Amino acid sequence: MTDTTSDRPGVIDARPVRHPGRWVALAVILVLVGMLVSSFLTNPRWNFTKALEIMQQTPVIEGLWKGTIIGTVGSMAIGIVGGIIIAVLRLSDNPILRGVSFVYTWFFRGIPRLVLLAMIGSGVGFLYNRLDFGVPFGQQLASFMGLSSDFTFFTLNVNQFSSTLLAGIIGLGVSEAAYMAEIARAGILSVDRGQAEAASALGMNRGQAMRRVVLPQAMRVIVPPTGNETIAMVKDTSLLSAIPVITELYYQTSAIGNRTLLIMPAFVAVTAWYLIVGSVLMVGQYFLEKRFGRGFGTGAPNKRFARPAGAGGA
Amino acid sequence: MSDTTTASGPDARSRTGEDQPLVRALNVMKSFHGTEVLKGIDLDVHRGEVVCLLGPSGSGKTTFLRCINQLEEIDGGRIWVDGDLMGFRDHGGQLHHLTDKQIATQRREIGMVFQRFNLFPHMTALQNVMEAPVQVRGTGKKAAKVRALELLEQVGLGDKPRAYPAQLSGGQQQRVAIARALAMDPKLMLFDEPTSALDPELVGEVLRVMRELADQGMTMIVVTHEMGFARDVADHVVFMDGGVVVEEGKPKDVISNPQHERTKSFLKRMRTEHDEARADADELDAPDA
Repeated sequence: MTDTTSDRPGVIDARPVRHPGRWVALAVILVLVGMLVSSFLTNPRWNFTKALEIMQQTPVIEGLWKGTIIGTVGSMAIGIVGGIIIAVLRLSDNPILRGVSFVYTWFFRGIPRLVLLAMIGSGVGFLYNRLDFGVPFGQQLASFMGLSSDFTFFTLNVNQFSSTLLAGIIGLGVSEAAYMAEIARAGILSVDRGQAEAASALGMNRGQAMRRVVLPQAMRVIVPPTGNETIAMVKDTSLLSAIPVITELYYQTSAIGNRTLLIMPAFVAVTAWYLIVGSVLMVGQYFLEKRFGRGFGTGAPNKRFARPAGAGGA
Repeated sequence: MSDTTTASGPDARSRTGEDQPLVRALNVMKSFHGTEVLKGIDLDVHRGEVVCLLGPSGSGKTTFLRCINQLEEIDGGRIWVDGDLMGFRDHGGQLHHLTDKQIATQRREIGMVFQRFNLFPHMTALQNVMEAPVQVRGTGKKAAKVRALELLEQVGLGDKPRAYPAQLSGGQQQRVAIARALAMDPKLMLFDEPTSALDPELVGEVLRVMRELADQGMTMIVVTHEMGFARDVADHVVFMDGGVVVEEGKPKDVISNPQHERTKSFLKRMRTEHDEARADADELDAPDA
């Protein structure tokens, strides 16, 4: 190859670097996995067939759908919408709204969810066994002035309501909103100030600039930690049993485990369900990140989102 | 300034309010944290006129531009655009602050182009241009799209409506930004150092678009370091330093024959930098001039 006629270097055909460490690691891990699998097969107490049966029990499936899935979706919906509102308040010019948002975050981030749910379940109903919706101080005003109407439009029986799934979802949601507020605030602050300036220079008011320009860009930063929060919420729905709401995955599985003395298969069943739900959420997060990352990086535009006419937005 | 108004220019002045300037700034003052940045600026800009603000960095020219469309709130003086007092309502001598919405309404009439473009990165070029007419003016999407495509064509980007800002060069992004500002049919265009963030070879394409705009009779206030542009396009140049107007007049007087010492030393410094760094780009610019 000492041919001097072509002294300009051509296409590179180099040997890759050897990684003997990788092969050693693979061997070690294969041995460990082999030991684990062998214990699964030889130790009858694992009893995977029973675990599979427990996974398909009607109360377990019902608990999965109602408590875990509807619970997660509902509380995250409240958490995300509430969190964005609280973050916008926190960044507003109005000192009163800023204060309200600060106190909210301070309170709901400060109390454990288990305590909050237990309190909603029994405490609130004890303090206020019914809630009247009407004119503020309407009842006092009516009795003072001797009127027949007391300005009450709607009454809620708190004792009945406080042990429902909806009460639990609201409890988890308001708690989540406090965390989501911090995430949303970080997202909003991550958007360059020039964006809001450009929007206002075009004559948009604050609300339009926030909705059309700042928030869609903030979503890029908000989505990944929100995926994290959602997966955490899947697991926190097991706290619903403190309300007590018992149509919930963990309560139902462990009840079957205790009743049939198949404790470990019940744990395996509930672990499998949580892992399955978590995996589905991770796939969803991938697509959301792709959606809100458009326009960043110089890759070819995604055909689906390259439509004109403000197709995107919140 | 009365002598410049008699100079031949676009016949926009024959309309009503002939002698009323489109922009009138009187004794404009602005401080940041106790530092006086503007110390009483006066400026009249007539319809169809192009005014260039020159001066060293920190002279207050960008701040003054931002005060005109209220991205900065002024501490003293008054600014009128087309007869409207900007930012305040005068109630028998007592000024009242305008609301956020009222200020937004005043800004609709004023287009602004930023040094760093500030295009919306999550929208395509077309969406960027359509956004304000649709959201702010309530224009139908079809009409807004037709107009947006026209404007992109006008700035030489008729083939790029579907590109995201990150896929465009700096010069292309700035031209989209100009189209975006024009989509609101502004009475006045403000340019804040529109070519300062660009690679030298991309400056020409943006200046060309601005020159065409000036030829069409758009009223423009341009903060710039491009002396060639100021000399050829401006009707009036204002040299600022230390928060005051040091010297102003016709470009050939101020740029070619400055009277004030500070103007002279600034222009000399600019010329040296220009000759050293931009000799090649200048040659490319020459056929345009």
